Amino acid sequence: MAGGSTHGLWSQERIVLALAVALFAVAAIFLPGFRDIGNLISIVHSVSVLGLLAVGMAIVIIGRGIDLSAVAIMAMSAAWYLQLLNDGWSEWQALGATGAGVLAIGLVNGFLVAYADVPAIFATLATGSFVFGFVRSRLITQDAVPVPPGNWLEQLSGLHPLGIPPEVFIFGGACFLAYLFLRFTKWGRYVYYMGDNLLAARNMGIPVRPMNLLRYVISAFIALIAGLLTASSLHSMNTRIVNSTLLYDIILVVVIGGIGLSGGKGGMRNVIVGAILIGIMQNAMTIIDIPNLYQNLIKATILLIAIVIDSLVNPRDEQTAQQGDI
Amino acid sequence: MKLNTLLATLAASAVLAFTAPVTQAFADDDPGPAAYEAAMKGKRVALVPLAMGFDLAQGWAAILKREVEAFGGTLETRDPNWSTEAGAQAITELISSENKPDVLIVMAFDLNSYSKLLKKAQAEGIYVILIDNPANFKADAYVGGDWTKLGMLEAEAVIKGCGDKSSKKIGLVQGDEVNATSLYQYAGIMKVLEQHKDYQVVAKPDSNWDATTSRNVTATMLQQNPDICGIIDFWDGDATGAAAAIRDAGKQDQIFLVTTGGGEETNTCANVANGTFDAVVSTELYNESEAMVAMIKYLLQSGQPPGTASPYIYTLMNTVTKDNLNPRSCWSLKGLQAAAEAK
Repeated sequence: MAGGSTHGLWSQERIVLALAVALFAVAAIFLPGFRDIGNLISIVHSVSVLGLLAVGMAIVIIGRGIDLSAVAIMAMSAAWYLQLLNDGWSEWQALGATGAGVLAIGLVNGFLVAYADVPAIFATLATGSFVFGFVRSRLITQDAVPVPPGNWLEQLSGLHPLGIPPEVFIFGGACFLAYLFLRFTKWGRYVYYMGDNLLAARNMGIPVRPMNLLRYVISAFIALIAGLLTASSLHSMNTRIVNSTLLYDIILVVVIGGIGLSGGKGGMRNVIVGAILIGIMQNAMTIIDIPNLYQNLIKATILLIAIVIDSLVNPRDEQTAQQGDI
Repeated sequence: MKLNTLLATLAASAVLAFTAPVTQAFADDDPGPAAYEAAMKGKRVALVPLAMGFDLAQGWAAILKREVEAFGGTLETRDPNWSTEAGAQAITELISSENKPDVLIVMAFDLNSYSKLLKKAQAEGIYVILIDNPANFKADAYVGGDWTKLGMLEAEAVIKGCGDKSSKKIGLVQGDEVNATSLYQYAGIMKVLEQHKDYQVVAKPDSNWDATTSRNVTATMLQQNPDICGIIDFWDGDATGAAAAIRDAGKQDQIFLVTTGGGEETNTCANVANGTFDAVVSTELYNESEAMVAMIKYLLQSGQPPGTASPYIYTLMNTVTKDNLNPRSCWSLKGLQAAAEAK
């Protein structure tokens, strides 16, 4: 596996993949309409934005870190962009301003972690709240900002090549690009080295601080794309999503797919497996008509089972025990 | 000396005799304004909605502010931003502050969370008016929609939208399992459907009031029941998701989408006009806000201790469809804010 995992035959990724396949088989046999091609597309569609956000989160986590500001950046950057358009800004001005804002937040995240030595979990929690509070109170007037009629986002959602919504292609494309980045570029390899052992990576001469900046900037821009896709699909951006469980769902996808929070292991395959498992579960539970409260309970139970099996099959070694998580 | 005093007394009484009837006439004029001012001036009203960032809350705040300031009172708002904890904290802080509000206007998140706090507020001498979301608590007034009735209106709209020749299959996208608005809305829909036994609810997932979730569950619902003729989504805040799923499936012409909202121009009327929603059962903001104002004025002058009576002041609702869309169907937040700024 990418990143030189020491896992044996039953890595968490394989356990989860087996779980997903088993769930899929059961659902395909017992649930009417589950096997329909349309339903399979809607399963992937339903987790595309989630999966895209998980790609960004994975790049941060593999290099040892976490980005709790991802959902705030996603919602608020898209909302601000739409607000600017509604206020009469031109397409490029609005996109430029939003891009600059997202770049700035990514840099602040990276700077706090890399140069100010603030633990990532606190730094990004703070910037996330800041982004939400600042944009909500200063830059937009309502929780939900509509896409102006005729905008390219509206047209994008109407495109369904081969009957597949655009989010699916963008999620797939992002996975592929991130895979190329992590696997075949030296910067990508640095991410694994840093995640595996930050001090050793630093002693080797890897520019760990600029690399931190890079990871958080990538994560921020992926969040912007996820926000624009959400706005495109729904024809508006509701910033209430910041209060939802989306952030935990992103981490759930990453962790359940087998990318350990301690960093240095896993890849895009894990993200895809994690996202698909969540998609199958949610789809099956909706078909069976399980109430939301129980859906959360079931999701959480499956996560716990995956974690417990992983820690039984792959006990922690000396090194990870010393390093701790995040 | 004595004569002088006598004369002075006589003169004084003469003056009194002439002037007294005159002042009497002034007082007879209208006792209202003085009593009104004595009861209302300097009174503090606090508004704690679910959040300040949605159309209805901003509409209420604008209208209340104008009215409260007109009687010499002050209006404060708190923004819990959709968090029950933040809302509870805001209410606690208002109750225990030195300048307690005289009237607390609260929109509750669910049936029970605020009940104890609001009882405490009444014990502290604060009148409590519940708005828009019912709760298990004897408020000094409930002002807002009758959610059972609202559900009935939605069901009637969807039955009309589906028509006799349709599949008569309906899908519901509910909110959650704790909010009164969701529970009562469901009860109202079922009440009407009992009268129309040929109509059938084929799925009733929850959206948790989130648009993306609404989209995903609606997409699954349409996969499972391709011949659905109508969907009721329990709030326009997330019904954009159900609308997106219908659009993705290319079924705008086949499915009649009904939801409920605040009746604001850009959220309600624009979305009805462009076909995102087919019918929106909406709040008549001005009537609802004026009912709140009337209750504030009544309670402050009533002299009754808080908790004496708990009337339901239900306000009428309005089903907006493409057919009946007119300039008075919606209210304009921009217009309301511009009017406030112009003053």
